[in-house]
Amino acid sequence: MYRVLKRELIVPNIHLLVIESELIHKNAHAGEFVVVRADERGERIPLNLVDWDRGSVSMVFMALGTSTYKLASLKVGDEIATLAGPLGKPTEKVQGKNIVCIGGCYGIGALYPAIRMFKEHKNHITTIIEARSRLLLYWQEELRKYSDEFYEITRDGSGGFKGHVNDFLINYIKKNKTDMVYVQGCTYLTYLVSQTTRPFNVKTIVGLNPIMVDATGMCGVCRVIVGGETKFGCVDGPEFDGHQVDWDTLLARRRVYLDKERYSLSFYECEKYG
Amino acid sequence: MAKKIIPEKTPMREQPPKERAKNYDEVPYGYSEKEAMQEARRCLQCKKPICIKGCPVEIDIPGFIRLIAEGDFRGATEKLKEKNVLPAVCGRVCPQEDQCEKICVLAKKYEPVAIGRLERFAADWERAHGESSVPKIPRSTGKKVAIIGAGPGGLTVAGDLIMKGHAVTIFEALHKPGGVLVYGIPEFRLPKAIVYREVDYLVKCGVVLIVDFIVGKTATIDQLLEDFDAIYIGTGAGLPWFMNIPGENLNGVYSANEYLTRSNLMKAYLFPEYDTPIVRGKRVAVIGGGNVAMDCARTALRLGADEVHNVYRRSRKEMPAREEEIHHAEEEGIIFDILTLPVKYIGDERNWVKKMECIKMRLGEPDASGRRRPVPIDGSNFITPIDTVVCAIGQSPNPLIPQTTPDLKIGKWGNIEVDPKTGKTSKKGCWAGGDVVRGGATVILAMGDARVAARSIDEYLKTGVWRADEG
Repeated sequence: MYRVLKRELIVPNIHLLVIESELIHKNAHAGEFVVVRADERGERIPLNLVDWDRGSVSMVFMALGTSTYKLASLKVGDEIATLAGPLGKPTEKVQGKNIVCIGGCYGIGALYPAIRMFKEHKNHITTIIEARSRLLLYWQEELRKYSDEFYEITRDGSGGFKGHVNDFLINYIKKNKTDMVYVQGCTYLTYLVSQTTRPFNVKTIVGLNPIMVDATGMCGVCRVIVGGETKFGCVDGPEFDGHQVDWDTLLARRRVYLDKERYSLSFYECEKYG
Repeated sequence: MAKKIIPEKTPMREQPPKERAKNYDEVPYGYSEKEAMQEARRCLQCKKPICIKGCPVEIDIPGFIRLIAEGDFRGATEKLKEKNVLPAVCGRVCPQEDQCEKICVLAKKYEPVAIGRLERFAADWERAHGESSVPKIPRSTGKKVAIIGAGPGGLTVAGDLIMKGHAVTIFEALHKPGGVLVYGIPEFRLPKAIVYREVDYLVKCGVVLIVDFIVGKTATIDQLLEDFDAIYIGTGAGLPWFMNIPGENLNGVYSANEYLTRSNLMKAYLFPEYDTPIVRGKRVAVIGGGNVAMDCARTALRLGADEVHNVYRRSRKEMPAREEEIHHAEEEGIIFDILTLPVKYIGDERNWVKKMECIKMRLGEPDASGRRRPVPIDGSNFITPIDTVVCAIGQSPNPLIPQTTPDLKIGKWGNIEVDPKTGKTSKKGCWAGGDVVRGGATVILAMGDARVAARSIDEYLKTGVWRADEG
């Protein structure tokens, strides 16, 4: 069992979870993830590592289904059944490049270790975070610290630039030399950014979040078609070249258990709240 | 005068097929004391027993059977445990018909002694009547061994080396120990409580078990070597194969590993009480003819399928599954589509598999494996509706350790290369065995490899000599 050191609502529906671990930090890198299981009956789900130190690892997640609802109800001192990692391939290290880093939703948290690593390797970093409303943006100070340029975009105009990330990105790329775009967030955001950068031929690395079970390469549920080849998200990824990803298959495979997930959540809520 | 021999094995009672196809309880009930003693008396107690040669872990077979015949069941379990830390598991899942029972002297004229069933009986008897006391552990040698993977191989090495006085730590990547015994083999064939109990026994003997620890990621082999004197790699065959035909990434197409892991390890058959879901298909096709395919087909039936087809490209004779497994599957109503090969899966607009296109095969000349090669019959393609596919065509070793251990010699199939006489890898202080060396094989072969490696590890820890020519 693994002790919860902190669990807080950062912005509506998005939580920070800090779990005690003396092991995982030793080999942790940006781009990697851990598998967590809330309790003995829980599912194994992957969560991006957003930070780590000698005594703990931190994750940011959105409460969406049974597994994440269970995590969202944790209190300090509670224990979770499984914490395993780090897993996946680290973010590829590049040096002296102009990198645009884009984050949305729980992906804003997942940007943090990547930006920190890119900065250490002397890249010029432009960070863009986006949300429906300013209310849903977070960690601006932390991200600014490692960014050379920093922009916020909200669809309702309540903060930063009003509009969509793709409009902003097109303008940015036209005016500024951009060697690489790095995106963390929901599948739709990673897809949208990849489609936006494709005509400009700007290398785009996307952090994907396919469904996983063991997350060690054993089950193959997380398969993603990249450049016409089947890859496993857990051991070959979870970061891939967004221009090579078969998005239709990925989006469809994300939805395999949608009805069961809804059913599971109502079952959980019935059990919990009666 | 020679004693009169009963020509046939004492039958083992089973759950009726119609009933069991709807539950997860174990299929065979096991022998009663009376049945076990009756069967044990069939053993000729050969002076030079050859059956032992058929056992990869060298159990004293006539020895434990004699004790059963005499009614000393506790003595029989202790005799078994001298050589086998997992008797309740092996009594159920070993292919005895290809090993000890195959060369049983009785088998020349009659049915062999039911060695597997007797082994199971003894282990189950102990479970029902309370554990024997933990054996006396020798004085500590001060040497530390890390075992990677808590599957049948890893558990065997752990059992052997703890009895030699070494400190043993097992690192398991998943959240439960047991490896394939827990994630792969279904409850109705091997109840998980039995596996956990055998693991508990090792823990009582002093073995340290660490779960949720992925060697290669949480720590590398080289990092472990800073703390341990020897390492045994028994990480199994954790990379599923697909056929690389169109439509394999459609929703509803599973690898056997995923299907079984969801159902067994994650208990998806108890969804929504357990959170992990699984697709409960109505017309399921399971591809492949091995034991894993039989497990998948019988699982699909228990998940509520109306029709389960086992699709196999050769004929029934070439099926690698144990006869007993095929027989159980047939009894339960699995439909065997032999000499049939899927060539394509067809999906709907939502990316769900709906149909399967197959081609009929015929048997040609024998191939390298000695089995007759299946040859497609031109123009025999046909399409059949299907809503779930499970691909059980095999797997290769998990790549996490090979990828992160640069000086470990790896073979063509991603397998770790070892000296078969010792289990030594190319890396000093590291041994390997089981499916990570062999590709997809059996539980008992993994245990046999483990025994060989344990002997070699013990010798190394005592002498410090890695190679004879080291001087």
